[in-house]
Amino acid sequence: MKLLVCISKTPETTAKISFSDDGTSFNSDGVQFIMNPYDEWYALVRAVELAESNGGEVTVLHVGESSSDIIIRKALSIGAHKAARVDAVPTSSMFVATQIVNYVKNNPQDIVFFGKETIDYNGAEVGSMVSEMLDLPYISFASKLEKQGDVFHCDRDIEGGIQTVELSPPFAISAAKGMAEQRIPNMKAIMMSKRKPLEVLEPFQVDEKVSISQYNLPPSKSGVKLIDADNMEELVRLLKDVEKVL
Amino acid sequence: MSQTVTETKHISQKTDQYQGHDYYGVDALLSEDHLLARDAVRDWVKKEVSPIIEDYSNRAECPYHLFKGLADIGAFGPSIPEEYGGGGMDEIAYGVIMQELERGDSGVRSMASVQGSLVMYPIYRFGSEEQKRKYLPKLGSGEFIGCFGLTEPDHGSNPSGMVTNIKDDGDHVILNGAKMWITNSPVADIAVVWAKDEEGAIRGVIVEKGMKGFSAPEIHGKWSLRASITGELVFEDVRVPKANILPNVKGLKGPLSCLSKARYGIAWGAIGAALDCYDSALRYSLEREQFGKPIGGFQLTQKKLAEMITEITKAQLLTWRLGTLANDGKATPAQISMAKRNNVHMALEIAREARQIHGGMGITNEYPIMRHMMNLETVLTYEGTHDIHLLITGMDVTGINAFK
Repeated sequence: MKLLVCISKTPETTAKISFSDDGTSFNSDGVQFIMNPYDEWYALVRAVELAESNGGEVTVLHVGESSSDIIIRKALSIGAHKAARVDAVPTSSMFVATQIVNYVKNNPQDIVFFGKETIDYNGAEVGSMVSEMLDLPYISFASKLEKQGDVFHCDRDIEGGIQTVELSPPFAISAAKGMAEQRIPNMKAIMMSKRKPLEVLEPFQVDEKVSISQYNLPPSKSGVKLIDADNMEELVRLLKDVEKVL
Repeated sequence: MSQTVTETKHISQKTDQYQGHDYYGVDALLSEDHLLARDAVRDWVKKEVSPIIEDYSNRAECPYHLFKGLADIGAFGPSIPEEYGGGGMDEIAYGVIMQELERGDSGVRSMASVQGSLVMYPIYRFGSEEQKRKYLPKLGSGEFIGCFGLTEPDHGSNPSGMVTNIKDDGDHVILNGAKMWITNSPVADIAVVWAKDEEGAIRGVIVEKGMKGFSAPEIHGKWSLRASITGELVFEDVRVPKANILPNVKGLKGPLSCLSKARYGIAWGAIGAALDCYDSALRYSLEREQFGKPIGGFQLTQKKLAEMITEITKAQLLTWRLGTLANDGKATPAQISMAKRNNVHMALEIAREARQIHGGMGITNEYPIMRHMMNLETVLTYEGTHDIHLLITGMDVTGINAFK
């Protein structure tokens, strides 16, 4: 079984977001980058689990420059067997999707995994674009994926409930919370990841049909402070000393 | 992005919101190995240590289950070669692992530094091939817990005055004496014990749990390192096979080289404790309002925070350079003494300042500050006291021994 996990690089969750060039580009100064959590925690870990229990090979695919290699190494530390990086700046969803399609055409896969969305642009577009271009069935927002014989059972989160579907490979899937648990790589796996293959590929040319005109930060909202249910003292302190309503 | 934060993090005082601080971009000096190791151990601490440590520390109980977790993550002997059950990593990787563990708790870091630097290291460095094969993989996997016996009730800063001794008895030696302040001793499967032979030379002996005449009573009543177990080692005519003597070292340089390893790890570890205190104090100073604005907006709070991050930054650069020297095999014991002394004192001062910024909340276990502060009181004097390390630097620069 050949499993491909597409991973993105995103700013870490507490990064301060700002824009440069008159609001037309993201200002990455001082920003730490991580593997997109949905790609890592759910898609990659589930793919690794499936390969461990059923046999198979997990490849991680990333579109990005060499500064992303540390994220790829983390994915290899978590348990992917090999990696490929398309050496290009990921300018748009269509650009990234086209690179993935090109890779899968040359390296056929049983399942192509995505995170349900990236936590930076929240596009959730690449998975559906890839499925359409490859004419693959696509299960989006999946929170469970189990193999039974030759078929896969899959739960997907829908408004107010869960939809269960059954299908056979090849297919593409986007992983949501619940599909797997975080897996923390140990020191041996980190060292071993250096010995796993990382193939660097030239990008496939794409005619960009969309360009960014402007980014704007959302208007600042009045803050909501969550207090632990058993921390009454803090609630009283905030109401009394900060909000001055008591 | 903010949506994901609320979805994956439950916000409460107890949630570990720690994030690293790197004012001078020291991360750029670290390799991929270092960054991956650091982030993995940071994630592990957030998942396994932070949720339980206040409770165990409060009850003065050792979270024994963490031994297995520490082994699984690879915190035992990361710089020992892989063929002997270590991680095959370099000294900076070992340093950042210790930093992240001590960011969680000095006691948890102590559990790992003793196993790696004081038990696995002497066996790896001075042991026979047979001893290495017999003990190191089990120590690396956590199947065996080890401890290190050097300090005695009457000989702390002056280990050469030790009275613990071995006498020849055919295939065996007879071990007598007592060791004090031994991390992990009550739960240890083996102890690397330093004792004088009949010629007065200090030798390393591997003593195994269950050997007749060997006991390891626990020391109670500590106000510091409360989540770490500490005890004595008592030897009453213990017959130890000669095959358990470390063959490749004689004299005080044996135990002192182990201490250099451990002190090196402490120099890194102390930065972790300091970072946790600073991180908490910075966040608190921006949340806590007095006189209508965050207390971080007042000059005296800013002075504290600015001095904290300045001292942390200096310590980060000092340890990075020390790690680079250690990787080249050039870090001298005196250089390690300087870093251990400076960084632990720095961390303790930061814990005290951070406590003031937290006000009354700083003395509670809602925040990690007081626990770090109490832990660091031990770290200030164990593995060479603050004063002794000063005299080591003094001797190194003047060439004159002021110890005696």
